[in-house]
Amino acid sequence: MPENANTLTDLGVKDIRDGVANGAFTAREVAEAFNTAVAGAAALNAFIVTTPDHALAAADATDAKRARGEALGKMGGVPIGMKDLFATRGVQTTAASHILEGFKPEYESTVSSKLWDAGAGMLGKLNLDQFAMGSSNETSYFGNVSSPWRKAGSNAAMSPGGSSGGSSSAVASRIAPAATGTDTGGSIRQPAAFTGICGIKPTYGRCSRWGIVAFASSLDQAGPMARSVEDCAIMLEAMAGFDPKDSTSLDMPVPEWEASLNADLKGKKIGIPREYRMDGTDEEILKSWEQGKEWLRDAGAEIVDISLPHTKYALPAYYIVAPAEASSNLARYDGVRYGLRDLPDGAGLQDMYAATRAAGFGDEVKRRILIGTYVLSAGFYDAYYNQAQKVRALVARDFEQAWAECDVILAPTTPTASFPLGSLNEDPLTMYLNDVFAVPASLAGLPAMSVPATVNGDGLPLGLQIVGKPFDEQGVLNAGFAIQQRAGFSAKPDKWW
Amino acid sequence: MSVDKATVAKIASLARIKMNDAELERMVPELNGILGWVEQLGEVDTSGIAPMTAVIPNHLRLRDDVIDADPLTGGGRRDDVLANAPAAEHGFFGVPKVIE
Repeated sequence: MPENANTLTDLGVKDIRDGVANGAFTAREVAEAFNTAVAGAAALNAFIVTTPDHALAAADATDAKRARGEALGKMGGVPIGMKDLFATRGVQTTAASHILEGFKPEYESTVSSKLWDAGAGMLGKLNLDQFAMGSSNETSYFGNVSSPWRKAGSNAAMSPGGSSGGSSSAVASRIAPAATGTDTGGSIRQPAAFTGICGIKPTYGRCSRWGIVAFASSLDQAGPMARSVEDCAIMLEAMAGFDPKDSTSLDMPVPEWEASLNADLKGKKIGIPREYRMDGTDEEILKSWEQGKEWLRDAGAEIVDISLPHTKYALPAYYIVAPAEASSNLARYDGVRYGLRDLPDGAGLQDMYAATRAAGFGDEVKRRILIGTYVLSAGFYDAYYNQAQKVRALVARDFEQAWAECDVILAPTTPTASFPLGSLNEDPLTMYLNDVFAVPASLAGLPAMSVPATVNGDGLPLGLQIVGKPFDEQGVLNAGFAIQQRAGFSAKPDKWW
Repeated sequence: MSVDKATVAKIASLARIKMNDAELERMVPELNGILGWVEQLGEVDTSGIAPMTAVIPNHLRLRDDVIDADPLTGGGRRDDVLANAPAAEHGFFGVPKVIE
């Protein structure tokens, strides 16, 4: 066996799948290499719990299948990280909250179940912002996650983005070849951009929400995070598919995204939304956007200017709609059915609810529940919630009109590169602005992806975002593929953990 | 529109989150910062626009009218349902006394 543990952990989904299938190495060797890498990376705090035995058992099952000459699954032999927002049977599932600490689901989420059926194994449950609320991974009850990246010449811990920050940190540091993420308002794309990896949020409804801890149900979508466009295509195929247990699941066949990848964009039109040139956007981000246009032009596409006039209002609309849905979804944490119970001496039922929720939710979660409760309360519902849902309809209409002029949209993923942990904490609004470019596609339910473009002067990765028409993940992946081929992004964080 | 401490206390009570005075004081400017910022949505002319109800057009399906059609989400799983309860007693969820 020429490979040692180090080279195995440099491999992505496709190379592992193919290497296991053709016998270059065994799935067990791969799982052992990643288990070792995970155990050695505690300083990143990417995992809340590790599950080396799950990874090994799945690997052994794949090796046994191969020995019997059976076909291996789409993810055969690939160990992955699972965001701790997916219910995993018998394995603690917390949404990074105290209120769910110790919760061991009796069932498996549809997405994780599909991944195991496809031959993947689980390295562990990945840290995240509490209930997926945050853009820096600083709201987890289980501590901040560090990005493996650092600014040139500095030892300051950098944010891996959020909410899927354990996922982005693990994949960028090569302690996992891929990980699941979820995206409500940018939670796959922004962390992917911050850490120099790829991540795609598919069309709303592609991946079942069943068994995913709910944040804002009309926005929540699962998707893969990995180091290449091909790896994302493979893993998305394994995650997606109709599920009768999710009432908004799309009853459509899952396309063969990997087999149809095509970086030739001849005849395609790439829309450049003029409203995304916002004050406060980093110069180097704007430069990478220009570079992205050049790359897509080189791939044969035509660049066209488009307008998405309600862009400016997407973020404030999101910060009404998402907290409103969250305040409703999180009403279930009551200290009765699962999770934490705080029962002060002599307390009645109502006091128990209030004490449990006070002890179990973090500050950002409480803030959003209060905002949501307020905007849904009698007398304010029309002014806030209804108006936000109307603006949301206008944001979606902007995109519909844009599709008359272009096939996909190219934009930056984030207005800045990653920032040091603790540097944006004084004002919630500053933190919210991280998702200004990501949220419009979320509100409209559109497939959107971030791919790494380059590193900035500080040596930190910058991502480019591609947004597509409903159900056109292929168009998004193809444009991402064209960028990947031309960007040749090969920067890696230096190992310090 | 802005909120004062009494309003925040009222919202916290509706949301069943116990908050002491110091927490309420701290929350007032934070919530007002966010509410002041979302106020800009009032500038948007939404006359004649229906509020979004489905992000991707879909129809609500009904499951087959069969008992335990999906055994995973059907009945007869009391022990599974109670497995994570902080206080399960005699096959029920235990709660503090509600009726004197």
